[in-house]
Amino acid sequence: MDLQFQTSQQLDATFAALADPTRRAILARLASGEASVKELAEPFDMSQPAISKHLRVLERAGLISRSRDAQRRPCHIEARPLAEANRWLERYRQFWEANFQRLDSLLEEMKSHGTVSPQNVRTRKQRNTRRHKR
Amino acid sequence: MRNIGKMTLDTPSDREIVLTRVFDAPRQLVFEAYTKPELLQRWLTGRQDHTMPICEIDLRVGGAYRYVWRGPDGMEMTSKGVFREVILPERLVATERFEPSWYEGEGVNTTTFVEQDGKTTVTLTIQCASKEVRDGILKSGMERGVAFSFDQLEEMLASLPEPKGL
Repeated sequence: MDLQFQTSQQLDATFAALADPTRRAILARLASGEASVKELAEPFDMSQPAISKHLRVLERAGLISRSRDAQRRPCHIEARPLAEANRWLERYRQFWEANFQRLDSLLEEMKSHGTVSPQNVRTRKQRNTRRHKR
Repeated sequence: MRNIGKMTLDTPSDREIVLTRVFDAPRQLVFEAYTKPELLQRWLTGRQDHTMPICEIDLRVGGAYRYVWRGPDGMEMTSKGVFREVILPERLVATERFEPSWYEGEGVNTTTFVEQDGKTTVTLTIQCASKEVRDGILKSGMERGVAFSFDQLEEMLASLPEPKGL
């Protein structure tokens, strides 16, 4: 129960942090390797303090970490919270995908039975059927 | 064939949740599958072990609909509302309320059906009463406040190393 609550809080923090386009771009950049604040600020046309603010949000959400020792304190991406968020979304997606896949099969069935008119669909289908039957 | 079978999920504004999906069928068929009870009951059942024993649709402006789902434990959930717009076969606007209620107030669902080259794009926009209600829905287990689509997250995740210990 406790664990579940923690996970839920972690998810909230993850999604809140991801809700900003600059922070997503920073993560995308960090996905290809570590970078310093200066390096991160360059492509964004933002001041280093502004970038630092975003980095703090990402750090609090556990999405990145920063080396304490090295002078340039490079940022690293932390994959785990993102993977947790994705697993969560995956369940929601599966729920809808299950519905939509059933709808896909139903539509195939409707097309082959010619349940509704669209005549081109029916003729094409009949033509195909004939061709396949030789 | 682009995008067929690919679902996207977005939160484009504070009060909205948007789902899109492309189907390989003309919209007349897709529209029927969405509006004829005997067809809807065959696909809008959610999880594998759930059924929709009751499905009533009075497809006209001011007409009501009611869906009842039943789980393997006998638990039931109802969704019901009233149609505000019915434009065959391209657009449906309906209110929605759940029982037992898992979010406050009524939502308004707009479903559009757009056909191109024999394929149909269905877009469902869920308009919530307020940002608070939407966030409630997002937190309730249906979805989260994600301001970007699955595809973007997937792309980002694809470029990451496998996390340890998951």
